[in-house]
Amino acid sequence: METLTETTVDFDLAEQTVRELNHELHAPTATHYRVLNPRGAHSVAAGINDEIDVEIDGDVGYFCAGMHKTGKVTVNGMAGPGVAENMMSGVVHVKGHASQSAAATAHGGLLVVDGNASTRCGISLKGGDIVVKGNIGAMSAFMAQAGRIVVCGDAGEALGDSIFEARLYVRGKVASLGADCIAKEMREEHREELVQLLKDAGMDQEANDDAYVDSFTRYGSARTLYHFNSGE
Amino acid sequence: MCGIAGIQLRDEKLIPQLGSLMHEMVDGIVVRGPDSAGVAIYGDRELLPEEYSSVSLLDAPGDTRQRVAERLSHDADVSVENMSDTTFIRAKMPSDQLVALVREIVPEASVIGAGDDSVIYKGVGNPMDLRETYRLSDVTGWQGVLHTRLATESAVSAAGAHPYSVNGLSVVHNGSFANHATIRRDLEEKGLTFDSENDTEVASRYISYRMQQLGEDLQTAVEALSEEFDGFYTLLVTTEDSFAVVRDQYACKPAIIAEHPDWVAMASEFQAIAHLPGMEDAEIFEPGPGKVYTWKR
Repeated sequence: METLTETTVDFDLAEQTVRELNHELHAPTATHYRVLNPRGAHSVAAGINDEIDVEIDGDVGYFCAGMHKTGKVTVNGMAGPGVAENMMSGVVHVKGHASQSAAATAHGGLLVVDGNASTRCGISLKGGDIVVKGNIGAMSAFMAQAGRIVVCGDAGEALGDSIFEARLYVRGKVASLGADCIAKEMREEHREELVQLLKDAGMDQEANDDAYVDSFTRYGSARTLYHFNSGE
Repeated sequence: MCGIAGIQLRDEKLIPQLGSLMHEMVDGIVVRGPDSAGVAIYGDRELLPEEYSSVSLLDAPGDTRQRVAERLSHDADVSVENMSDTTFIRAKMPSDQLVALVREIVPEASVIGAGDDSVIYKGVGNPMDLRETYRLSDVTGWQGVLHTRLATESAVSAAGAHPYSVNGLSVVHNGSFANHATIRRDLEEKGLTFDSENDTEVASRYISYRMQQLGEDLQTAVEALSEEFDGFYTLLVTTEDSFAVVRDQYACKPAIIAEHPDWVAMASEFQAIAHLPGMEDAEIFEPGPGKVYTWKR
């Protein structure tokens, strides 16, 4: 990392390709990058493996910041399907809405969505954290194994279907719960966890507002699908 | 994989701009379908003035222009133009009369669209080239639909390109139906005939049948489709007064809707509609699984 210069490098996708951008980001020469004119391109800033800051000015298509590891990616716009899919660590921040399958299978790290996230948010989550300031769509947290999802708005149908040990915190209404997903008691450790996640997402004011924090409900697995039930 | 995009204008002031808005939409969906492209345009009064109707054909013979000119009277002011694989015929007469005449004059051609208010073009080729062939940026009107195709269910051919249109009702489709052959057989038993082997044509004829024969409105007919058709799909269905979007029960194929006081638009990817005027004030959402959304002009 000593070799990185403390500068911001502009990368204009109207003039260069995503392949060239990602090639540069995989062997970075600077600490900060600004990506211009993404115009819905796919796979922008996928596979980052260094402590760098990447700011994208505009909308991105599929799989932005996929497999993300260390560093931070900020999207000043909308993100298409699979943003931060299989993220390992680091932070991805979408300032607009995120399409379906946001942070699918993420093993670690934090995805923050300022707008709404669509269907299948956090599907098969494996340890990553997601904070959505708006609503999430149907079938979110399907088979989520580990990690946390905070939803400040409402959740769509079949939330947490066949969920394992991921913990879900929803402030608004849940259209319906999926199989084996139930509302659970909010104990002190969960409250602390929620407050920390809100702070990590830059929501300090809400995190310090007891009434706001108390308005969340925790959901998780009823653990009735863990073992084959022979009916005996 | 396919790309679909469409817009219904609510503000009449935007009517002259329909084509330029649609021209730019192609940029956002061409990556999803490089094989073929089709359009449906509603309300272009230069292309289709009052009292005129149109018929679009595929596989029209080389002497179609001559044969049509010989049969139609001078008063019908008929014109015939080739737009990629589509032969576009326009005349001053009611739509049903023109269709019947054209079917008789060039029986070897297949009718891919007809109407008093709508125009259909489709063909094989790069959508970026076809939008120029179709002179898309010059088009005007109150509603428009685009499709870019990457063939999955049937061959790359003009007959396999979308939209599938019946009596002004057009369907464009991203995805595939699993049980279309069964539904096709049911419809054939009811006396319907098909022009292609394509699964989307089944959806188009199914909706048209329910609206015309069963008297259902577009919302009800598309809800019935959602119940009966199995598969992974996003559909945009348009008629001469409505615009409907439906996704399968698992919402497998992408779709995004933006609603603004001046227009409503949908696309496979947000990028296709990001340029629309006033997008920053639009309500943007992805249609829910199995839900039918309809807007009437």
